[in-house]
Amino acid sequence: MTSSLTELSIAAASEALRARKFSARELTQAHVDAIAALDSQLNAFITQTPELALAGADQADAALSRGDAGKLAGIPLGIKDLFCTTGVRTTAASRILGHFVPPYESTVTANLLRDGAVFLGKTNLDEFAMGSSNESSAFGPVTNPWSPPGKALVPGGSSGGSAAAVSAGLAMGATGTDTGGSIRQPASLCGIAGMKPTYGRCSRYGVVAFASSLDHPGPFGRSVADCATLLGSMAGFDPKDSTSADRAVPDFAAACARGVKGLRIGVPREYRQDGMAQEIDALWEQGLAWLRDAGATVVDVSLPHTKYGLAAYYIVAPAEASSNLARYDGVRFGLRGQTNGDLDDLYELTRAEGFGEEVQRRILIGTYVLSAGYYDAYYTRAQKVRALILRDFTEAFGQVDALLTPTTPNAAFAQGEKVDDPVTMYLNDVFTVPADLAGIPAMSVPAGLDGAGLPLGLQVMGRPFDEETVFAVGAAIEKSAGFTARPRLRAGV
Amino acid sequence: MSLDPATVKRIAQLARIRVTDDQVAPLQSQLNGILGWIEQLQEVNVDGVAPLTGAADMALRMREDRVTDGGIAEKVLANAPDRAGEFFAVPKVVE
Amino acid sequence: MSYTVAGAEGEWEIVCGLEVHAQVTSQAKLFSGASTEFGAEPNSQVSFVDAGFPGMLPVINAECVAQAVRTGLGLDAQINLVSKFDRKNYFYADLPQGYQISQLYHPIVGAGHVEIEVEGETRRIGVTRLHLEQDAGKSLHDQDPSRSFIDLNRSGVALMEIVSEPDIRSPEEAGAYLRKLRSILRYLGTCDGNMEEGSMRADVNVSVRKHGEPFRTRCEVKNVNSIRYVMHAVEVEARRQVDVWESGGEVRQETRLYDNVRGETRSMRSKENAHDYRYFPDPDLLPLVLEEAWVAELKTHLPELPDAKRARFVSQYGLSPYDAAVLVAEQATAVFFESVAHGRDAKAAANWVMGDLFGALNRTGRTIEDSPVSAAALGEMLDLMADNTINGRIAKDVFEAMVETGDMPGAIVEARGLRQVTDTGAIDAAIEAVIAANGDKVEQYRGGKEKLFGFFVGQVMKAMAGKGNPALVNEALKTRLAA
Ligand SMILES: [Mg+2]
Ligand SMILES: [Zn+2]
Repeated sequence: MTSSLTELSIAAASEALRARKFSARELTQAHVDAIAALDSQLNAFITQTPELALAGADQADAALSRGDAGKLAGIPLGIKDLFCTTGVRTTAASRILGHFVPPYESTVTANLLRDGAVFLGKTNLDEFAMGSSNESSAFGPVTNPWSPPGKALVPGGSSGGSAAAVSAGLAMGATGTDTGGSIRQPASLCGIAGMKPTYGRCSRYGVVAFASSLDHPGPFGRSVADCATLLGSMAGFDPKDSTSADRAVPDFAAACARGVKGLRIGVPREYRQDGMAQEIDALWEQGLAWLRDAGATVVDVSLPHTKYGLAAYYIVAPAEASSNLARYDGVRFGLRGQTNGDLDDLYELTRAEGFGEEVQRRILIGTYVLSAGYYDAYYTRAQKVRALILRDFTEAFGQVDALLTPTTPNAAFAQGEKVDDPVTMYLNDVFTVPADLAGIPAMSVPAGLDGAGLPLGLQVMGRPFDEETVFAVGAAIEKSAGFTARPRLRAGV
Repeated sequence: MSLDPATVKRIAQLARIRVTDDQVAPLQSQLNGILGWIEQLQEVNVDGVAPLTGAADMALRMREDRVTDGGIAEKVLANAPDRAGEFFAVPKVVE
Repeated sequence: MSYTVAGAEGEWEIVCGLEVHAQVTSQAKLFSGASTEFGAEPNSQVSFVDAGFPGMLPVINAECVAQAVRTGLGLDAQINLVSKFDRKNYFYADLPQGYQISQLYHPIVGAGHVEIEVEGETRRIGVTRLHLEQDAGKSLHDQDPSRSFIDLNRSGVALMEIVSEPDIRSPEEAGAYLRKLRSILRYLGTCDGNMEEGSMRADVNVSVRKHGEPFRTRCEVKNVNSIRYVMHAVEVEARRQVDVWESGGEVRQETRLYDNVRGETRSMRSKENAHDYRYFPDPDLLPLVLEEAWVAELKTHLPELPDAKRARFVSQYGLSPYDAAVLVAEQATAVFFESVAHGRDAKAAANWVMGDLFGALNRTGRTIEDSPVSAAALGEMLDLMADNTINGRIAKDVFEAMVETGDMPGAIVEARGLRQVTDTGAIDAAIEAVIAANGDKVEQYRGGKEKLFGFFVGQVMKAMAGKGNPALVNEALKTRLAA
């Protein structure tokens, strides 16, 4: 029983809970047990909250028996440790927030709680969400559940803990944030689905900021439909976030069943890169063939500025981060460096001790590109390139309804393999960054395995606020791919 | 545009991150690696393009002028590494 | 433009511009719902947004925007229908986010102007711009030997930064500009102008030059918090710069501090190093877009401003431009005056307000808002004079009684029997008594010493305890002495 409880889809679990085939407590307990059994190997969680989870499950059981249960009643989730949760430590995987207990709840997690979800704990990530391998966490790296025996692979990042937890069956779904690919890239590397909605669809209130104009909260699920269900709960207008869109939330789950008949799917030729693994290219072709078979038309399109997205991103994101992270100064919360010196000493020691290497590096880059004499050459130019990237997408979406590309240029790699060269690490996000710069919805769907048996994802991108089409295309690929492979490290094995 | 050691130190000071002398050289080479790679943006013709600050295509929404917050001094101070009564405390600032 | 600083090498001209930070009058802060009220317990008016907590986001207060637009309209300035917010990045103990949200590149208000009058000459001082920004918290340095204490109550309060052109040429003009600006803000209700509570502060930019020269290097004297100090800071900073130039030195562009105890400015070297604010558009906020109709609507509800009111007082009431200027400086005074003057002799009303009333307020340390004499009371007193119930001399006494008791003049006149005597019998009797007692002076008068007439009037009034109707007394006395 226990093992099958950690294999269920959210829809199946919800139905079974409502039919009282098992209780929310049993469902949560199965996941709590799975975490206890596996997390010492995966390190997917920074903070586990089994008591809170079981108490939440009991509330869900009460609501289920009363008949007024929310749509996620009793569904156990992992929460990326970037979302502030009232009374539960929120660290952003940084020493500087190592003991920070927020007295407030992020809007996204509040929405999930409103719908009855159960939180198992706070999942690991790259420090302040800066990374593509989850190796920059102050709480240690996360191991990809697909790692072969004796070799630790990265789960991707920054939301590596969330992706690993969902993949391994430690949680039924999870929240993530995607600034340069931090949902889609780990989803792809862990063989699950991950959705980055349109900028403004999910509130950023209460989410520890990395780069405000690029941060997109979104869900992970083992299926496209689970992502759709979770997003339906997480999304919605929030007056506390000035960039939140005042729009109704569509029925995303229903959109998954729409099919792709008559849709025009674009293939951006600039995503075909020199040196890209042949298997990835083949999978992409396969994906296009599936969509054609399902009734879509495939069209070649051009996104000429794709190549420059990553460089523009590595100006804009550090610039915003250098300012967003100025508040970690050892005065009102968080770590304080020990000094008998003056206030500047206090700041400098606090921040040198509190921030890890990658975070410091990005703060320095961001400080530099905004500094007097360099602002126009770097920051303004990057913003102009950003405008060109948005223009590329706008023009493409004049011809097609969605775009299909690989999610990542490679499958999961070994821990330590890319840490010495920041730029090589950054190249992981080459396919995902443009959608963040443009704010358009994009998701990764597990579509196949490479020769080493590691999962590969395909990315679907859509028009702003047209997540429904993205889900429809994603679900069509998922159906054709029939992806049933499961990681070696997983609950109940 | 590449960084010299003095610039690395100046940026670190602006960012209030203590960088020790032996950290300067490795940082300099990492930062120059990143900045060198970013140079590719110079290839892009951006003539006449308006910079895009963010992806939200809307105007600012305003809230009404009502007192809806505050009165939570204890919560505001609860995480403070050093406090003195109702104040946050820092090493003495000399002006 | 006659003001100059005398140096060994000749006369130097002052070039001065002011950056005024005016606290916006609003209930809640610019980007949070915490209160702006002055004088609350430390950190009691602080939201997590104001304290820069992780994940907290700014949401703008519509009233603060409206106040900035009203002020712009009051300064006859360009209103920018699209403006944007930028972050000014620097570290300071009372700056929780590590940046101040301000408007560098696209301010809400563009060019306008303020008219000032110094020694009878009217000058127009250009306003470069007005932008909205957040105030910082407050550091207390004198509470503990080794620590500074931080109170964030002011953190996030809305400020308007109003930047003038370098059009000011003397300390007097600097003072006149600030007084006029404060008057306009108070009329508009957009800032209470209370410099003691810090709701208005000025940064003073000063340079000097010889006549006809281009601008020389300027220094910024920070945070001067009274009009008198601003005037003095301009004076001493200009003097210092003249001395530097004339001794062969060079004025360095820098930020300086005004020391009101020592009456000098001095360098703030600590703030000099590494000034690089790294301004960039705040990604948590979107462009602030105003509807033209909304701005027009605000404009129709603007009050009459000091310049317009002054012109009207001159034309409608026949006041001198000087008197009109005095009466309109404070809106409350203007309202008081108009309510006294309504349907009455306006010049008499002006004289009473500016003379006796201002004197009494000064003496008792009160403001026009809590004047012991209401406008209605003063008006009633003017009526009592107009209908000859009391004469001008008695009026002075009645007014003093009004200041003391707060009673209405009619009641005072009745209670104290101060009604003017118009009964010719009583006047004649008093005249007879005075003539009988001063036979020698009557002879001298009749012998041609007509200057003595005043003496007789005085004696008669004295005999009547001041209550005689002066016109009747004069007339009867003239007739009687001629007989
Ligand atoms: Mg200034
Ligand atoms: Zn300012």
